[in-house]
Amino acid sequence: MARGHRLPRGDGRAALAYLTPALLVLGGLMAYPIYQLVLISLFDYGQEQVSGGAPLVFLGLGNYTELLADKQFWTVLWQTVGFAATCVVGTLVVGAALAVLATRVRTWARTLLFLAALGAWATPAVAGSTIWLFLFDANFGLVNEVLGSTGFSWTFDRWTAFGLVAAQVVWCSFPFVMVTLYAGIKAIPQEVVEAAALDGASTVRTARSVLLPLLRPLILVVTIQSVIWDFKVFTQIYVMTSGGGIAGRNLVLNVYAYQQAFAASEYGLGATIGVVMTALLLLITIGYLRALRKSGEEL
Amino acid sequence: MRRPGRLIAELVTVVVAAVVAFPLYWMVLTALKPADEVISADPRPWTLAPTLDSFTRALTVQSFGRYFLNSLVVALVVVVLSLLMSFLAATALTRFRFRGRTTMLIMLLVVQMVPVEALTVPLFFMMRSVGDAVPLFGLNHLGSLVLVHLAFSMPFAIWMLRGFVAAVPVELEEAATLDGASRFRFVWQVLFPLVAPGLVATSVLAFIHAWNDFLFAKTFIISAAENQTLPLALQVFVKPDQNDWGAIMAGSTLMTIPVLVFFVLVQRRLVSGLAGAVKG
Repeated sequence: MARGHRLPRGDGRAALAYLTPALLVLGGLMAYPIYQLVLISLFDYGQEQVSGGAPLVFLGLGNYTELLADKQFWTVLWQTVGFAATCVVGTLVVGAALAVLATRVRTWARTLLFLAALGAWATPAVAGSTIWLFLFDANFGLVNEVLGSTGFSWTFDRWTAFGLVAAQVVWCSFPFVMVTLYAGIKAIPQEVVEAAALDGASTVRTARSVLLPLLRPLILVVTIQSVIWDFKVFTQIYVMTSGGGIAGRNLVLNVYAYQQAFAASEYGLGATIGVVMTALLLLITIGYLRALRKSGEEL
Repeated sequence: MRRPGRLIAELVTVVVAAVVAFPLYWMVLTALKPADEVISADPRPWTLAPTLDSFTRALTVQSFGRYFLNSLVVALVVVVLSLLMSFLAATALTRFRFRGRTTMLIMLLVVQMVPVEALTVPLFFMMRSVGDAVPLFGLNHLGSLVLVHLAFSMPFAIWMLRGFVAAVPVELEEAATLDGASRFRFVWQVLFPLVAPGLVATSVLAFIHAWNDFLFAKTFIISAAENQTLPLALQVFVKPDQNDWGAIMAGSTLMTIPVLVFFVLVQRRLVSGLAGAVKG
């Protein structure tokens, strides 16, 4: 607002005209569906209700109590948390390590690394998942050939399947972390590091006491961003485990909601899972906003 | 740093780059291999008889060209509309004084965090109703995908463009006003060209978002095979136990190339654009 008073013509009517198209789209396709999502989650909304064969029954929080009493929901929830945590840690460790590595090599090597990372980053999730599936294919995959384990199915067992999907997710999401952190490290003035060295600080000490605090806000941004992305992975799980694995043992919340709604026609229950997921992510968002404010960011 | 240390670091870098790039190499290689080499139990990391057979199969038998076009239409329409609307909104939010501005900015930030995947159920029913009135924007039509991706890409686009609009000095607008330019003229003839770098970065993200979408295409395009987009079409190839891996990899290659080209062309602007958005 500091600059605002210098604009003599700022007025509500012009602003409204400029904002209307965006507001219409966002209101109609974001705000209204969010309201509808909550509404549907309060009803018993199945195939009969959709086709008009049965009356709508208001359940109140019935879907929620049903969900919370459902053992599969809790399994899926913990699986989602574990899977997302694995992906986040993997992405951050790989991305940070490579960002540091990139600062220690000459330009040609760095360009090579960045080009490869850009390729992984740009690959559409469906294509990426399919490539990884083929590399790990039981009969024709290169990995089984190299390991001499032809015929071994990586997607059959619950944990190898999760591991494979997590590896694919890390492959396509570490570049964002690497590029961001590399830019952050590069932005730190060389004098700061030199001053620390003059004061007799070791490399480890410099990294921990000087560089890490300076990079903290950026690390926070990439961490939260990764948490949000990895918590709602859909495509990779759906494609690589054929819709959630045998008997649904590779389900995560997002795929679970989709299966409940569109495979089992339990739209009410699907919406309920959607609400729970949104609530969990909003909690993370609030943490994000507070952390941003702490690091001096302003609206 | 001492030389041996740097050499080791560079060696590691080269190995890592090779590992990261390998899946993409394998994709292109498999797409170019003749059919018998693809399903050989002894896969080799090269081929002596490259052929475009797999691409031909993907384009003719599975009419991949049609889906490619569908994806392109959706992504391009989303990019153009989202840029125009986001630019206008960002200008208003940055340059105009009005009540509720701060509230709107906070809403914008919150809306970015909503997992749009959770909205499949209400949006599915909305598109069904919309389709009764305007078939083009209903289920089984590309218009429904344009609508949702437009909405999904806009919050971030507005957020990002805000930084670029704010970077244009207010003095410039004052000068334009003194010269007798209307606000409308200033916005389109001065501001719009000046925020072009931001528009590039924003359009890439919107394009990729729409191009990569799998969930909404799967939910909305249920029975109209001719209106499918690439991610779904690729799934059609995948059949239990008798996958045509050559065609699948050819399809994946066709799907990846536009995004890759886009990325490489604008990588510098993308990084500076993202940095601008973070700095806000």
